[in-house]
Amino acid sequence: MPPREETPMDQAVFDATLQAELTKGTDRRVAEGRARAAGVRAYRKVHGEPEREAKPAAEREHAAAASGDGGGAAPSATAPAPAAVPAAVGASAGVMAYAPPPAAPRTAPPPTGRVPTARPGAPDKHRLLALVPPEGVQRVEREQGDRINVFPHLLMEEFVSLLVVSFFLIVFSAFVNAPLRELANPNLTPNPSKAPWYFLGLQELLRYFHPMIAGVIIPTLILVGLAAVPFVDRNPSTKPGDRKLAITIFTMLFMFGATLTIAGSFFRGTGFNWAWPWSQGLFFEL
Amino acid sequence: MEALDKVRETELWKSMFRPGSVFRKGYKDTQRDRALAMMNNVLYHLHPVKIKRHGLKLTYTFCLGGLSFFLFTLLTVTGIYLIFFYRPTAGNASAQAYTDMLNIRNNVYFGDLVRNIHRWGAHLMVITVTLHMARVFYTGAYKPPREFNWVVGVILLFLTLGLSFTGYLLPWDQLAQWAVTIAEGISGNSPLIPDQAKFILLSGIQVNPNTLLRWYVFHVLFLPFILVLFLAVHFWRIRKDGGISGPL
Repeated sequence: MPPREETPMDQAVFDATLQAELTKGTDRRVAEGRARAAGVRAYRKVHGEPEREAKPAAEREHAAAASGDGGGAAPSATAPAPAAVPAAVGASAGVMAYAPPPAAPRTAPPPTGRVPTARPGAPDKHRLLALVPPEGVQRVEREQGDRINVFPHLLMEEFVSLLVVSFFLIVFSAFVNAPLRELANPNLTPNPSKAPWYFLGLQELLRYFHPMIAGVIIPTLILVGLAAVPFVDRNPSTKPGDRKLAITIFTMLFMFGATLTIAGSFFRGTGFNWAWPWSQGLFFEL
Repeated sequence: MEALDKVRETELWKSMFRPGSVFRKGYKDTQRDRALAMMNNVLYHLHPVKIKRHGLKLTYTFCLGGLSFFLFTLLTVTGIYLIFFYRPTAGNASAQAYTDMLNIRNNVYFGDLVRNIHRWGAHLMVITVTLHMARVFYTGAYKPPREFNWVVGVILLFLTLGLSFTGYLLPWDQLAQWAVTIAEGISGNSPLIPDQAKFILLSGIQVNPNTLLRWYVFHVLFLPFILVLFLAVHFWRIRKDGGISGPL
């Protein structure tokens, strides 16, 4: 990187502006930026724009396009930059240029519906440099917070939990066989016939409600209700103390579902009638 | 050791392991290399370089989301192994599917173990996904800006149940046939589910040999495909919504 060139500026104006800004109570960094901008402007007013300020061709074309040659939309109200810049095309292309802030906000040309074609003579590469007026530079005050590296801390934790689960799953699978009964026979209904365990809560509900309610309305309500949770609960707090109602309702419904599932799993025997597992035995298969 | 260093200096090795990899020569345990290790690895870069410290606390997440994803991966791997030995066809008196199940149990190398892992892992995944949902609720992690990711999560829960349920039929034994028949009957007897829908889902008005092929395709291709799409959105939104929620 080449050493940074000092932009010449009017020191008196700089000092005066800095003093004024500081007495206004502006943050020192911002005040310095504003003072520098004022100083540079004052210097340029006296000495004129320096030679190297010429904009590269591509950028001027862009400015022209942006100021509205697509359909003849009011070119007069927009940036005066293209006309004011000395035409030292190519000689100093790529040097970051200073441009006064546009008088009016630029508007994009209206869409023509055609794919834009490259202009003849346009350079292959764009230099994407932003123009930041000094007074625009502000320190962003954001709490970085207490953060830790994912590598290795979180990854190690994930890896260990993965190993633990793998270990127990493999050991369990080595000793406990998954069930495999005799060949499916549509004419021979086992007694009891049970759904997979996660549907046993619904099967249990079927004992108390009309199939329409237990089989269609309640499952739909569960799914839609779950999806709607963030849009119903508009309380912004995540503190458990502020969420007593939400936590109570969710816990009750969750426990209700768990109870139904356990009842359907372990307390229903032949004919899906009530059966105490310690006297009639378990009727449960995974 | 010297030979290993030679290998690590080859162009091939250096092209395989991007800067920041611990396998690359000159890895130093610095902030820079720790960051690069995350950014320059296709799998790790699902994670940010840094997270809030409380995200490391085991009692905040219990690793439930990560374990659900891990179980999904494990089920994919074991499932692929099982596909090699399984044909989803059945007749009225005999069934290739069931014969293949017996074959997996008795003759295939590690067939029984892999099938057990697949089945128990599937049940475990339903549990971890459900508990993950409960954890997210109790930590209030569904609150803005994470509302939509909760909705994606509900879809993933539904897809998990769908995957487990379609897999339940595949052994084509009495347990499979009747569990699916009963579960299908829970919602199937209502006028809201017309016969046309049943034909789409079951390839008939009740569970029959044609259902087997259909659910096989659902189980090994269709639902995993949809699930992976939503998983991608789910993970991506975690990052875009500002990482892990909290602290409480």
